[in-house]
Amino acid sequence: MPELAIERWTKTSDSPPDAPVVLTVEGTHGPVIHAVTRVAAERGARPGARLADARALDPALIALPADPTSDAALVERLARWAGRWSPLVEVDGDPSTSFGTGGLRLDVSGVAHLFGGEDGLVRDIRDCFARIGLTAGVAIAPTALAAWALARFPSPLCGRGSTRAKRERGERACQTRTSAPLPGAAGRRLSLPHGGGRDLLEQLSPLPVSALRLDADTVRTLERLGLKTIGALLSVPRLALARRFRGAEDVVDALDRALGRKPEPLTAAPVEPPPRALLKLEEPATHPEAASQALERLIPKLVHQLQERHLGARRLSLTGYRVDGSVGVASVATAIPSREPKHLQRLLADKAAALNPEFGFDAFALTADWTEDLGAAQDSLVEEPSGERELARLVDRLTVKLGERAVGRPRAEESHLPERASGWVSAVMASPSPLCGGGKEARSARRERRQAAVSPFSPTPLPQGGEGRKPQRLLDRPEAIDVIYATPEGMPRRFMWRRAVHDIARVEGPERIAPEWWRQPSSTRLRDYYRVEDASGRRYWIYREGLIADGRGGAPAWFIHGLFG
Amino acid sequence: MPTLSELFAVHPRDGGWAGFLLAQVATDKPLLWVQDRMAIRESGRIHPPGLPTQNLIHVEARDARDALWAMEEGVRCACLSAVIGELWGDPRALDFTATRRLAVAAERSGTPCWLVRLGGNASLSGARMRWRVASAPSLLNPLDVRAPGLPAWDAELFRARGMPPGRWIIAHEADRFHLVAGAGDRALDEDQRFTA
Repeated sequence: MPELAIERWTKTSDSPPDAPVVLTVEGTHGPVIHAVTRVAAERGARPGARLADARALDPALIALPADPTSDAALVERLARWAGRWSPLVEVDGDPSTSFGTGGLRLDVSGVAHLFGGEDGLVRDIRDCFARIGLTAGVAIAPTALAAWALARFPSPLCGRGSTRAKRERGERACQTRTSAPLPGAAGRRLSLPHGGGRDLLEQLSPLPVSALRLDADTVRTLERLGLKTIGALLSVPRLALARRFRGAEDVVDALDRALGRKPEPLTAAPVEPPPRALLKLEEPATHPEAASQALERLIPKLVHQLQERHLGARRLSLTGYRVDGSVGVASVATAIPSREPKHLQRLLADKAAALNPEFGFDAFALTADWTEDLGAAQDSLVEEPSGERELARLVDRLTVKLGERAVGRPRAEESHLPERASGWVSAVMASPSPLCGGGKEARSARRERRQAAVSPFSPTPLPQGGEGRKPQRLLDRPEAIDVIYATPEGMPRRFMWRRAVHDIARVEGPERIAPEWWRQPSSTRLRDYYRVEDASGRRYWIYREGLIADGRGGAPAWFIHGLFG
Repeated sequence: MPTLSELFAVHPRDGGWAGFLLAQVATDKPLLWVQDRMAIRESGRIHPPGLPTQNLIHVEARDARDALWAMEEGVRCACLSAVIGELWGDPRALDFTATRRLAVAAERSGTPCWLVRLGGNASLSGARMRWRVASAPSLLNPLDVRAPGLPAWDAELFRARGMPPGRWIIAHEADRFHLVAGAGDRALDEDQRFTA
């Protein structure tokens, strides 16, 4: 990426854009120009020329040392960033040493349709690079070498990729059918149907031989022999070529790779692995405390890694590898990211102790599967952790011991039905912020957002008239009761619940809750809720399901649903 | 002073005690509410829309042992406004030692703890205050004579450290408990003491 070096320099420095700047590296005979600005290029400076020669043309050139290490780091970063287009990205060549060979190689098989076809993909890549201020030449080809060539040398016939008028460089995408190592015989055929073998030949033929990525001596030899284009090279018998060019300067090999007769695998840049600490045992440990002891030794190692990478663990798993080839896994989740050794150890200790060694563990690994950023922070000057963190730790401990489903926090749902309206969400999975003070506002804001976004209806909140409008306790499942009433649609007089008779002294209602027709079957009946108080002052929430002659079943049934406090 | 209070529901299927208890609980910090499975089955799960605060953590414990463990973990944490634990019947795990541990932890951390006993009998306990609460006929509803009004409770303090026991019929209105009926003059002083 010759443009990359100068573009990176232009971005980071604050010199005027029309300064004739050249970036130089040390060569065998003095400084060699590595990259030039546009102004310098107009004055005759060329990358690869010696600085002394360029100075002879224009003494006003400003020479600055290039910084290949930072350039390489930028390409590395760009490779990760290019993961947005394809999971397989490779940094191609070394931008610090060889001029202009730096680039990115993407395996886009099966990816292009996500961006509206290959043309859309090329356009998207070009737009994105333009947005960050880097010049990029993009080409898609069935083989890696062909893409390399097309991205750098515009083909007069080519319709795609290398048509960029600007100095096309750098970025290059290829659809490498040959990216996976193929059996030799199949490789020849496979590349041809895709992208059209004939098209590929036609596009490559007019390109100069230097597009085959041969070294400079070979290119010079070929040009002296009059073989200036790839097409000319193809017309020479293979045997003659192979005999003339042997060893490192293998022209036949380059031709084969360009045309897909030979595989050229792509090695993706490694994804940063999650923090992991490993412990190998000299001998298999069969005693039950093995896992706990291993945990004690692994936690400090893992915490050290987390500290270095400024991460906090949200989920930890301890894997014990048994000698017989099986594994035992104990994992815990935390409510907020944490890297405090004591806390993590306390969480995992019980589960680790429960790992069964069977025939014996011979290795342990502690992995933070899920991490979040956690800055280097000191708890506090005095020995008193903040309430939020303490609460999150409490939730962690409860959840680890009692299970994720047992520890919940209320979550309001969009419904009039009481049993649906108040759902529960696992406390460890809920975001930590509403747990601490001021959570109420956050939650109501979230509820409003959900209301706006999801529900096609926006039910008005139920009238919160008198105190105790809603019961404080709800039976998980409404229980059928026998009710005596004065008139079928009138107030209940007496009911029997769990074999106890309650005489109703006071009653308020009904509060009618219609079925949710958009969710429930059409045979669902409405509910008329009554707040009743029996003779001794106990208050219950009962309802009658359905009306007489509503056409959805026989006589209405009565249920008890809640208790008032 | 925050401590462990034990509360017996006179009738296990009477939810009245919850109003009495919640009137005395601050809601500025989260609330930990532990219920054992039997209590949920018999007298229902708590229903957040009916509670004064939504900022709570609910624990459904398998049995009394887990419930007591969860309560103790919560009581040790000063970041909660209160810990409420409901136990059904007379579990074996609930002995003097367990209640004593809760009481000491509550006093050390300053988190009030309420141990609610549904359908249980009072035995030896380390609780500093022991209540027996039942619902009483509610106050007159000013808008509708036939409808239930503000809740009232028949609360009996049968054991307390540093104060005489007593029995009152009280209601909670405008952040104060006040007597409803049928108590002597002496009780009025006591009642002032319990205004939250």
